[in-house]
Amino acid sequence: MTDIVLIGLNHTTAPVELRECIAFTPEDTLVALDQLKQEPAIDEVLVYSTCNRVEILMVTDNIPVAVDITKNFIASIHQIPLERFEGVLYHRENDDAVRHVFRVAASLDSMIVGEPQILGQIKTAYQTATQKKASALILNRLLHRAFFVAKKVRTETGIGDRAVSISYAAIELSKKIFDSLVKKKVLMIGAGEMAELAVEHLLRQKVGDLYVANRTFERGVSLAERFKGQAVRIEEIPQWLEQVDIIISSTGSSELVIRRDQVKAAMRARRNRPLFFIDIAVPRDIDPEINRLDNAYVYDVDDLQNIIEENLEDRKKEALKGERIVDEAVIRFRDWCDNLNIVPTIVDLRNKLRIIIENELTRTFPSLQQTSLADQEALQKMIGTMVNKIMHDPTRLLKMEGHHINKPVYLDLLRRLFNLDE
Amino acid sequence: MNQLIHTVAFIYILSAMGYVVYLVRQDAFWNQAGFYLLISGCLLHTGVIAYGTFLAGHLPVHNLRDTLSMVAWAMAALFIVFQTRYHLKVLGAFASPLAAAIMSISAQLPIEVIEAPPVFNSIWLYFHIVTIFLGYAAFALAFGVGIFYLVQEQAIKTKTQGFFYRRLPSLEFIDITGYACIVVGFTLLTIGLITGFAYAKTAWGHFWSWDPKEIWSGIAWLLYAALLHGRISLGWRGRKAAIMAIIGFAVLMFTFFGVNFFLKGHHGEFTRW
Repeated sequence: MTDIVLIGLNHTTAPVELRECIAFTPEDTLVALDQLKQEPAIDEVLVYSTCNRVEILMVTDNIPVAVDITKNFIASIHQIPLERFEGVLYHRENDDAVRHVFRVAASLDSMIVGEPQILGQIKTAYQTATQKKASALILNRLLHRAFFVAKKVRTETGIGDRAVSISYAAIELSKKIFDSLVKKKVLMIGAGEMAELAVEHLLRQKVGDLYVANRTFERGVSLAERFKGQAVRIEEIPQWLEQVDIIISSTGSSELVIRRDQVKAAMRARRNRPLFFIDIAVPRDIDPEINRLDNAYVYDVDDLQNIIEENLEDRKKEALKGERIVDEAVIRFRDWCDNLNIVPTIVDLRNKLRIIIENELTRTFPSLQQTSLADQEALQKMIGTMVNKIMHDPTRLLKMEGHHINKPVYLDLLRRLFNLDE
Repeated sequence: MNQLIHTVAFIYILSAMGYVVYLVRQDAFWNQAGFYLLISGCLLHTGVIAYGTFLAGHLPVHNLRDTLSMVAWAMAALFIVFQTRYHLKVLGAFASPLAAAIMSISAQLPIEVIEAPPVFNSIWLYFHIVTIFLGYAAFALAFGVGIFYLVQEQAIKTKTQGFFYRRLPSLEFIDITGYACIVVGFTLLTIGLITGFAYAKTAWGHFWSWDPKEIWSGIAWLLYAALLHGRISLGWRGRKAAIMAIIGFAVLMFTFFGVNFFLKGHHGEFTRW
């Protein structure tokens, strides 16, 4: 009897210090696949490691042995005593393991529910496993189902719809203010990780010119070069208010950088074209009173943070729909696994043969001259013998003890050749 | 005939329901259902009005029942044309229920046959009525769009992302759509007024007779002219434009109903019931 088993740890069970120690580099993964698939207890194996989780997925005939081997392997490759991490490992079997893989791939188990990277990471891990021939019939099927489930969850629920980072939330807002971001002019005041991230997102939306203002002009010039923008002096900002459409401010200044009266004057010159301020600085750079002016909109870090929190709540609600999709997929996968057992497959094939012969016989009877009841019974008997004789050799092969044939592969092939899953 | 009118009203109601479901659930199917129902309703309605014109020998606008039916027709027809150009989908949830409501009221009103004097059979009059009604419909859309603008602006200014925030498009797009409605409405209203003057000249011998309806129409025209002027030369857009579109429509409503009900004049009989 083959089982699917998964062991691993993630952001909820292990602190980051420990996750760092256990994480597999791509090279580690190759070593792991090579070594683990040599083990007689492990038929198939797949390893994925991200910053939030390390998980090893296996197909095995002997769960305790396989789990033991894997744990010891982790300890030896990372040179870390087993006691240090054994407590944070979780381990799932069969349906639970399948459900876990589906949930991870669909990003239902992520720290930020719905974040899209995890699927790509699992796809890469799967590619590596197939290249190393560590993944075979069952894991192939399992992973393909997982990708399918992930896609379905993403398209049928709103799990990935709402922005959950400051910079994306700012972009989403811009799209609710401006019809299109194409050719809109952006002014970045100051610098900083979040501001630069937001600018990068905006550039991907094909915004027009980018201007960079910095307290030290030289720094502005080098930033502008990086983003292919134009550096402007900080004193020039009031004039630029007439030109630009989106302003991202993130200076260390303790005073306001842009005041209400400056914007009010600029609005007239802009003929009231909308102006959107994204204030990422603490303390704030943009006078919040500007938000009261017509066609001017100001969002600061707290506002964006609130939006993100609401969006996260939303994603969690959507995730419940995703769980339903996963549950359904788990049941279907179990059906497929069950069918890979010998008895149901033999029964299915036997029934199929019997039905074909019986159908042909009933079609032929009317055209035969004078078949007696005894003749019909004899023919019926013959069907049984025929089926038995045809089934004899395949049954013997499949029921043979020992490891020299990979039974799931044979069974799967048999089911496909005779189309038994219709 | 009466049955056909009820059928039209029924189809409009179905369309309105489609659009409302779309507003809530946001799946494209309901939007399309609403749209195609509205088109079929409007086509049937066109047939009904054409048949009515054929029977009466002039456009059927001589009592409130027929007039409202004409308004509903203009609303549906203009929205359909508009929707193919400006895809402000949620607008359907405003326009279609409005057409459905007007049509339902119209269908409930008593049928009365009025012998219209031959003076009402003039090509100028046909033009006058059709363009004025389509113009009203465009301003009604501008009114709805104006409300959408204020709702969306409120959501963004107060930083509360509610039901409508997610369903409405960007402020800029709503603003442009509203502007387009006003331009179309103003053009139609202008043509409608000119043909009206031309008709007045042929029927009564003078262009302008200080009739209350004429005065109020003139006021509405001036208001919309001011709105357009402000936008083009002074950049009145966004909130200000939205509020003016709403006020403009209120004046227009008074022109249409108020004048007929409270004041007297040579348009009175069209809304008599």
